[in-house]
Amino acid sequence: MNKDMSYEGVMSRKNEIMKEAVGIDYERFEGKGIAFDYEKMMRETGYTLEEMKKIQRSTGVGNTPLLELKNLTNLARKFSDKGKGARIFIKDEASNPSGSFKARRAANSVYHAKKNGYKGVIAATSGNYGAAVASQAAIHGLKCIIVQECYDSKGKGQPEIIEKARKCEAYGAEVVQLTVGPELFYSFLVLLEETGYFNASLYTPFGIAGVETLGYEISMQMRALEGRDPDVVVCTNAGGGNLTGTARGLVKAGSENTLVVGASVNLEGLHMASDDQFNKKSFTTGHTGFGIPFATWPDRSDVPRSAARPLRYMDRYVTVSQGEVFYMTESLAQLEGLERGPAGNTSLAAAFSLAQELDEDKIIVVQETEYTGAGKHIQPQLSFARENGIEIKFGNPKEEIPGESIILPEHPSLIKAEDLDLNKIKKSYIKNCLKNNNVKKLSNEDLEFLAADTKTDIEFVKKILKELK
Amino acid sequence: MEAKKGDWVNVYNVVLKPDERAPQVPEDTKKVPLEMWIKGFIQEDAQIGDMVTIKTIIGREVRGKLVEINPSYKHSFGNTVPEVFQIGLQLKEILFGGEDHE
Repeated sequence: MNKDMSYEGVMSRKNEIMKEAVGIDYERFEGKGIAFDYEKMMRETGYTLEEMKKIQRSTGVGNTPLLELKNLTNLARKFSDKGKGARIFIKDEASNPSGSFKARRAANSVYHAKKNGYKGVIAATSGNYGAAVASQAAIHGLKCIIVQECYDSKGKGQPEIIEKARKCEAYGAEVVQLTVGPELFYSFLVLLEETGYFNASLYTPFGIAGVETLGYEISMQMRALEGRDPDVVVCTNAGGGNLTGTARGLVKAGSENTLVVGASVNLEGLHMASDDQFNKKSFTTGHTGFGIPFATWPDRSDVPRSAARPLRYMDRYVTVSQGEVFYMTESLAQLEGLERGPAGNTSLAAAFSLAQELDEDKIIVVQETEYTGAGKHIQPQLSFARENGIEIKFGNPKEEIPGESIILPEHPSLIKAEDLDLNKIKKSYIKNCLKNNNVKKLSNEDLEFLAADTKTDIEFVKKILKELK
Repeated sequence: MEAKKGDWVNVYNVVLKPDERAPQVPEDTKKVPLEMWIKGFIQEDAQIGDMVTIKTIIGREVRGKLVEINPSYKHSFGNTVPEVFQIGLQLKEILFGGEDHE
């Protein structure tokens, strides 16, 4: 039988391809209208915390150091009101086998693929996750394909992405490199269908559950060090899995009073699928170009129901500028002796600002770092920006225009995280739920689901529904 | 340039022509094709520009136009961006008080 391999033809087989490639029947968790049983999905298809710790320990993942950043704390206190300036800690996730927290996500997915008899794994990612899947596939003896959005139509690629391709290849993976566009998903489906490999999606319950160990470790290590839970944990937010998994881990550890803050690099105004704008950004992840669309519609991912649901767990959502993150990356090297990749430091830039609002006996944790190297480093990323006509200068980072300028703070006191209106984002999510499910009348089950999925209550949901009418 | 059977090469394909691109794609992206590059061991002697078959590192066979023989990584630490040096100097001045501590 000749299959229809056109874009429409392959996309129309999306659900059956995914069912084979993920092995989850998502229908089992669906309600009648908008609602689905998220916790049931996590319970029945994920792994318990004990199982995950065991899986990760057996492949060298996790138990990364939790370091206190004393010099950066002292620096923040120079600009704080008297008695303010929380202690800043960082979870050094670059110590994982593939150099980022994504190893936790990949460990579970690849373990699951191996256990279920898949011969290989495929992931669509231009980020650290590719290296993580490739590394875990190497350990388990599985084949691995990573599909990357890598170049613009002139064949010019972000140095950061090219470095990640190299890293995947270093672990024995095949890397499929594409030009800009959401049809990457089409190529991804074609490969899944051709190979019968497992879809090591970032958004399955296995992947998200894998990050729970990160939140859990933060609590346990902080209790061992300081005898208490952290007051605030800041998570770099893109697709939402990092924040979701970490927050779930904190809950499992009993850290119910810890505030979970999401932080993204502000790339407002840049279109993520634009060929022309692709190389005008200096961050390929951890930015609002993913953070906002995935928060307001998590089920846009490559599985029918995303296990990454950041609004369920987020207490506050802030943005920082590209210039602020580059500046903090250099600060981490120069003041703390830790040379790490820029993208992971998005939450560090936010934490440096947030610490100044908190009392000095409070504790704020930056929950990840990532590896650094050629291409994936402040120097090549700034150099690439300059080659692409982006103005780089010292000044007030609030004047930065994504795609036109990168403004390094002329003084560290200018680093200020900016709050996004979380209620507006929640409203937008509810609106998308109504639209995408084509539902007019909501059941009690739907109302309860929306309240849980936005970390609000039924009254809030009802108020929003009234406003949307 | 000629590739010998077994050489490590890069092959190229157009996945979607401009008129085949997804409806939601922005206008500038719609003007260009979706292109793809995959590396592997070439299965026959060939010239640059020929349609060839490669076997990728995981053993998958892929057809494509031969565009590069022995493809290399060219990414680096980039050209020096001198502004970066100012950051550490400034921070140390603020935190440790500059010359008083030398």
